[in-house]
Amino acid sequence: MKYTAQDFKSDQEVKWCPGCGDHAVLAAVQRALPEVCEALNYSRERLVFVSGIGCSSRFPYYMNTYGFHGIHGRAAALATGIKVANPTLSVWQMTGDGDSLAIGGNHFIHAIRRNIDINIILFNNRIYGLTKGQYSPTSKLGMITKTSPYGTVEHPFNPGALVLGARGTFFARGIDNDINLNKEIFVASAKHDGTSVTEMLVNCVIFNDGSHKEFSDKEVKEDRTIVLRHGEPMIFGKNRDKGLILVGRRLKVVKIGEGGITEKDILVHDAHSDDIGIHSMLVDMKYPEYPVALGVIRDVADKTYDDNVRDQVIDVTEHAMIHSMDELLKSGSTWEVK
Amino acid sequence: MQHKVIDTDEVVIRFSGDSGDGMQLTGTLFADASALYGNEISTFPDYPAEIRAPQGTISGVSGFQVHIGSGEVKTPGDYCDVLVAMNPAALKANAKWAKPTATIILDTDNFDEKGLAKAGFKTDNPFTELKIDDRNLILSPITTLTKESLKDSGLDNKSIIRSKNMFVLGMCYYMFNRPMEYTEAYLKRKFKKKPQLIDANIKVLRDGANYAANIQAIPNTYKIDPAPAVPGLYRNISGNQATAWGLLAASEKSGRPLFCGSYPITPATNILEELAIHKYLGAKTLQCEDEISGICTAIGAAYAGNFAVTTTSGPGFSLKSEALGLATMTELPLVIVDVQRSGPSTGIPTKTEQTDLNQALYGRNGECPIAVIAAHSPSNCFDAAFYAGKYAMEHMMPVILLTEGFIANGTEPWKIPSMSDYPAINPPIIDKCDGPFKPFERDPETYARKWAFPGKVGLEHRVGGLEKSPNGAISNDPIVHEQMVARRAEKVKRLANYIPEQNVLGDQEGEMLIVSWGGTFGHTYTALKQLKKEGFNVGLAHFDFIFPLPKNTAEVFSKFKKIIVCELNSGQFANYLRAMHPDFKYMQYNKVQGQPFIVQDVVAAVKAAYEK
Repeated sequence: MKYTAQDFKSDQEVKWCPGCGDHAVLAAVQRALPEVCEALNYSRERLVFVSGIGCSSRFPYYMNTYGFHGIHGRAAALATGIKVANPTLSVWQMTGDGDSLAIGGNHFIHAIRRNIDINIILFNNRIYGLTKGQYSPTSKLGMITKTSPYGTVEHPFNPGALVLGARGTFFARGIDNDINLNKEIFVASAKHDGTSVTEMLVNCVIFNDGSHKEFSDKEVKEDRTIVLRHGEPMIFGKNRDKGLILVGRRLKVVKIGEGGITEKDILVHDAHSDDIGIHSMLVDMKYPEYPVALGVIRDVADKTYDDNVRDQVIDVTEHAMIHSMDELLKSGSTWEVK
Repeated sequence: MQHKVIDTDEVVIRFSGDSGDGMQLTGTLFADASALYGNEISTFPDYPAEIRAPQGTISGVSGFQVHIGSGEVKTPGDYCDVLVAMNPAALKANAKWAKPTATIILDTDNFDEKGLAKAGFKTDNPFTELKIDDRNLILSPITTLTKESLKDSGLDNKSIIRSKNMFVLGMCYYMFNRPMEYTEAYLKRKFKKKPQLIDANIKVLRDGANYAANIQAIPNTYKIDPAPAVPGLYRNISGNQATAWGLLAASEKSGRPLFCGSYPITPATNILEELAIHKYLGAKTLQCEDEISGICTAIGAAYAGNFAVTTTSGPGFSLKSEALGLATMTELPLVIVDVQRSGPSTGIPTKTEQTDLNQALYGRNGECPIAVIAAHSPSNCFDAAFYAGKYAMEHMMPVILLTEGFIANGTEPWKIPSMSDYPAINPPIIDKCDGPFKPFERDPETYARKWAFPGKVGLEHRVGGLEKSPNGAISNDPIVHEQMVARRAEKVKRLANYIPEQNVLGDQEGEMLIVSWGGTFGHTYTALKQLKKEGFNVGLAHFDFIFPLPKNTAEVFSKFKKIIVCELNSGQFANYLRAMHPDFKYMQYNKVQGQPFIVQDVVAAVKAAYEK
């Protein structure tokens, strides 16, 4: 069956604030799903959207699929249970920077470590919105919020670095309003076998307006971000004249045509390389020294938890001497009373 | 000394030594050999929290008590007839459990100055110090004898010393006329890849038995006739193994694959370990990153259509509280097994208690009633787990199963049932519906909602922790909330229509009703038998179903003048009964020492209450 974005819209009223970045992410997901379903031969009833608590965690109610709105921080655990229970399902976890990097940090890193085949979309607005404006684990050092009236004294997490630290097999980054790129990322994340994490930089129009604006505004975006695609040179800028090269063990931004640099000197993105080195540098790039990396940064093939469970069950069942409870009950040491 | 063969109905043996001395294995092998011989048995491991506490100290003492008999054996016994103490610390820790007539077997090689000092003895005569000179003390150089026995074996010194537990086991086999074939077969299996150790261990075992026969120090041997058991096939089973198998049985009967999400915690861990073995029966086990993940992965699996289970003990149960609310709110089937241990906090983690009852009944935010059932013996854990699964799936709700360290680790012989003896499990699974699916529409009898798991066409719906109206939409409507609270409570209450009525053992009416629940059954039942023998007018109502209570509870209580509630806490069940059935007066007998009841103490408490 061929789907359209409309098929994935539920009858529930979307209650996010007007201007919230989450609206655009919802639109991108709903546009990506027809392509995902066609490419992977999924039908709608096999899709499950799981979430924790937070603004973004309302997401499942707006999808006309199966959905589970969980409790704070536990979306990864719920999603893991669903996927292990029925590996034929396509499981999507909608979560925020508070949900997955604070209260649910443990489940987040362990889902990645296991490489369970779920798609995590991490809405990062660097603030607690649903509780009305406290700092989050991704709030910038010094940020003034209701619970940090004199500025935070905590260093923020970089979600991508956490993912790579847990040897994640897929990491991508997008900005809320770039629906086309996000759609492309979501399709790639669905096609990836294993845990995919997509960091969505979303704007909280009420409590943290403009938190990504220094590189997400239309006028500056092309010069301050770089969209990475596997096999393509790392070129960016309005005039497509800037690129990244490796000097020693560091990335460097260069201008093509200056200092003898030609397009051939520019690094070519290899998302499929198991080596974490360059992926880690790309994830860490911050404006103004570097452009912020967008797109699929890492997409590495590896055995998934679900594969390993399935293989083990097949192997153990093949060699099993016991096939039913009655056989189990009578197995081992027993004695007969006559 | 004249050798006598004593005919007796029952004997209690307590093996004790350093935690590295292999006393758990020794006790288990003795129990298995006795069960195979046809005795009724009950066992109780009493081991330290430390895996390897400092050698020779009291905190490192590990004990294993076995009760064998030719009649009904329902407890591991209060005091022992034979105490094995492999070192001074074991003697010091366990002398209080030896009957005045007890025989005490000691490895004198460890009773040197250093060993006595480590155990905290102040003089060089531990027997006078402990006031046990009058017991029948068998002083044997067990380590030396074991070394002598194996001097030509070619084994290294460490391996030789490690097999001294087989020497003492051999001595006990002689004393109690146990067959050795079972143990020899075990050793052959265990050391299949090290045949040298098979021969060595069997030699030490036999030498131990021969030594016991030769020395004149052992005045009596015991003859305990096989128990007149119901014909059939039997096996030994521990509570945790029975729990795991009961869950597997519920999975097979319901046709829903088993999923267990758990985090290791004493004394519940070996349920997870046991389930992990049985992948070939469709069981999926996930050792989670924490307790919260344990229950949340299970809730996810329940949503996806599996028979979901999480296993834990008190502290882990606390961590799962919020998610219990989620399971209640989403109305998904889930079994939570809490193997209770001594608390609060870490408490005494390897010791038994019934102190999680309040937590099971009340420990959640909001109006959140959850069904609670309890297992009453090691083998009964099978039935308790099976029915916990049946009720969870058929009534679409979480069910808490309480067991206890005492029955979880204890073993008893079990007449192997056939799965055809067990009822069907029919969860209310829905495959399609006309019109939009309403996830919180209820069965008019059970109040259970339908189970529609992902993958079913046309039943797409959302569940979650937010309050919802019956059609599944989020609702903040005050009246809807109150109705949903009432309906969820009614669903649990209606379980009382499906559980058996409460039975009474002993007298059906009269002076005194003993009330107990959970793993104390063996003790209260044995106390009942003794009280009856002494002519008291007394009955026993032992509750397996805690919430809801059986429908005839008030009727049972009304037939007795006095009620005494006996439990291993400060009165949690008694207080619960006061709330549920306030028309009756409840006396209490409580113990919170991390130890099971002592039958004689229960008898004394009931007598005292009787006189009041």
